[in-house]
Amino acid sequence: MLRFLIARLGQAALVMLAVAAVSFLMFRFVGDPVAGMVREDASVQEKAELRQALGLDQPVLVQFGRFLGRTIRGDFGVSYRNQRPVAALIAERLPATLELVLMATLLSLALGIPLGVLCALKPDGVAARLVQAVSLIGISTPTFVTGIVLILTFAVTLGLLPSFGRGQTVQLGPWSTGFLTVSGLKALVLPSITLALYQLTLIMRLVRSELIDVLSSDYIRFARARGLSLRRIHFTLALRNALMPVITVTGLQIGSLIAFAIVTETVFQWPGMGLLFIQAVSFSDVPVMAAYLLFVGLLFVLINTVVDLLYAVVDPRLRVKAS
Amino acid sequence: MNRIVTLLAAVSAAALAANAGEAKTLRWSANTDIATLDPYAHTESFTTAMLHHVFDPLVRRGRTMQLEPALATGWKAIKPDTWRFELRRGVKFHNGNAFTADDVVASVTRLIDPATRAKGNLSAVIKAEKVDDFTVDLVTKGPYPLLLNDLAGIYIMDKEWMEANGALKAGNISTGATTAASTSAIGTGPFKLESYKPDAGTNMVVNADWWDKPEHNVTRIEFKPIKSDATRVAALLSGELELIAPAPLQDLARIGAASGFKVIEEPALRLIFLGLNHRPELLAMPGQKNPMLDLKVRQALWHAIDLDAIQKRVMRAKSRNTGTLVAPPVPGYAQANDALLGYDPEKAKKLLAEAGFPNGFKTGLACPNDRYINDEQTCVAIAAMWTRIGVQTELKTESRATYFPRIDKGEVDAFMLGWATLPPMDGFSVLSALLTEPKEAYGGSNRMGYVNARIEELTRLAAVELDEPKRRAMLVEALKIARDTVAYIPLHQQPVAWAARSGVEVPQFPDEYVRLWFAQVK
Repeated sequence: MLRFLIARLGQAALVMLAVAAVSFLMFRFVGDPVAGMVREDASVQEKAELRQALGLDQPVLVQFGRFLGRTIRGDFGVSYRNQRPVAALIAERLPATLELVLMATLLSLALGIPLGVLCALKPDGVAARLVQAVSLIGISTPTFVTGIVLILTFAVTLGLLPSFGRGQTVQLGPWSTGFLTVSGLKALVLPSITLALYQLTLIMRLVRSELIDVLSSDYIRFARARGLSLRRIHFTLALRNALMPVITVTGLQIGSLIAFAIVTETVFQWPGMGLLFIQAVSFSDVPVMAAYLLFVGLLFVLINTVVDLLYAVVDPRLRVKAS
Repeated sequence: MNRIVTLLAAVSAAALAANAGEAKTLRWSANTDIATLDPYAHTESFTTAMLHHVFDPLVRRGRTMQLEPALATGWKAIKPDTWRFELRRGVKFHNGNAFTADDVVASVTRLIDPATRAKGNLSAVIKAEKVDDFTVDLVTKGPYPLLLNDLAGIYIMDKEWMEANGALKAGNISTGATTAASTSAIGTGPFKLESYKPDAGTNMVVNADWWDKPEHNVTRIEFKPIKSDATRVAALLSGELELIAPAPLQDLARIGAASGFKVIEEPALRLIFLGLNHRPELLAMPGQKNPMLDLKVRQALWHAIDLDAIQKRVMRAKSRNTGTLVAPPVPGYAQANDALLGYDPEKAKKLLAEAGFPNGFKTGLACPNDRYINDEQTCVAIAAMWTRIGVQTELKTESRATYFPRIDKGEVDAFMLGWATLPPMDGFSVLSALLTEPKEAYGGSNRMGYVNARIEELTRLAAVELDEPKRRAMLVEALKIARDTVAYIPLHQQPVAWAARSGVEVPQFPDEYVRLWFAQVK
């Protein structure tokens, strides 16, 4: 087990190094930060001085070495645009994104599971067919379209919900939360629906196919033969087994929800990490972009490592193979 | 249902009326957020405009963009390289500290420090000296005619506050030092900063002790940046905002048609033009002589562009076509220089033939797609027009983040450029940055090989000419040469378009600054 653990952690470290290299190299080509940092009528000399101050006149390898050294020490540098430490910028934005992702996950589970059950139990019913058809739209509409349609409907036409921002937030130590105020909760509704939509359809379809699978297995047939109530068979015996893969997928999807929150955050001006990243891209703010990519990379690596370790705990065959 | 809504509206209107003369909140949005609260740690005109609500400069731009006294009440050049400023008495910073000469000296010293990001904004000044508590001398490198223009963008910070917060030097990216000034702001301006949350909102409340007589009735400003155009318009229409600046051109008709909202527009200072390759070879035709070196070819390219069509179709009749490189309010502008060359494809073809290219030639055209208003569409139109006279144009559009570095390296044949002459708002910036050879302080944005001996001479003369009419004459002459030699092909003047709820009166300025100390909210 220990060897398995060490091997997994070693792999994780290698992946992180690759992410660092890719993000660093990529940003060599997305643009020159100097052009966005100087005055419009800056002289050649001014630009050269700034380039030197940023260390951009050094060879790429030297720059990468410095970047790696700083990153390992936990120093993500200072944003080119607003000259604040990148770690502080990300910490400031993290709560907004995590709260949005949490709501979206809860929403997709709360709606996805019942709808999936409905489609599995009454596959020929009108409701199930309708849900199936609508879910196709949900899975194929781009996020920014969904967002704008929701804004036009609920903010402009009906005037019920705010069209942008987080509303009033309450500061709990370093964490700013929107859960404690009415305007904060209202502001969460549209963005979390937008972000949840894809996830919701995914979970619904997964529950549906898993449940149909389980329902045709032998132990369900025996339970029926025994004369147990349908309700007990469906919800206690079948659904529980059908949910195992759903839990795995939901866990893995949290990483991609955080990464895909970029579009939702841009449409709703949600002050999270995705918006920070988008702003950084348009200003070629390399330290912020690199730190964001490293963070998302780390998140994926962590989640996958934890899932792998859990598998090893659950499934003895994996442990045997490793030793 | 409708009746209930009307009734509710009437009740809330009555409630609002009862509060008249009290709280007037103005909530507004732009497409970007401020970079920082530290006035010397950035070079963005949007951030400068926002911070003007909290800070005052020594001299400022008034309603008609004229330079007028602010924290300085008077000034004169006591020597060709020394200006003496009389400071306003009785002014207090938002923390209650008195404004004195020490604050000016500390601010100027902080700004011109070699490690400060915005040091270029006052590059002519070498030191500030206190004469007495309300008199300051600024010493320049030599005679410098644009000192007041520069000072209009230099905000005065509180020395005591900077000392107490370790902010006497601005943040420095190479050492990673950041200061308290990036997240808090103490000025003498018409509004006090209440809170600043990046990308979420910046709130200000009125400064009841402002030294000037307020021309506004706003008691509170809530600024909320919204990057997405569609969301920004939706937020205005749903009543969550009073003002959006800028308003996207494609939505102006829709906003104007909605009841209770209005669109306000004015020509901006920013002119859009095409730069041309004046080097020995075109990148599109390596090994051959550059056709654009021939004046007739450059004239042909200009004659081939149907500016009226671009103005009507692409710019939705919101832009103004131009024949020169500076906008009318800018010193150096002359009506005579502004004449259009005229759309004449037949003449263009004839000129090409006379220059020895009857079958045209090949060129690239580079454009940004997220920097100027409808930049990409404008270039698509121009590429088609050039192709029509036989010049095969290969269009390449890209994001500003990669576009401007490419321009800086001169890796283009023809390219789009916008110029607003900001921050000095003077035609000299066109001469010094666009029309001169890249050397020392000059030619910072001229990578295309354009050199003209007379313009070089005029630029260096104008740089030290303190006699204003003479200086302007030099600018006009240089811009006439630029036009006659087709250094650039001028296209149009961009509009500033904002949208507001009816009852909100906000004057517009060609520099696109939002100045809410002139705003009236009903």
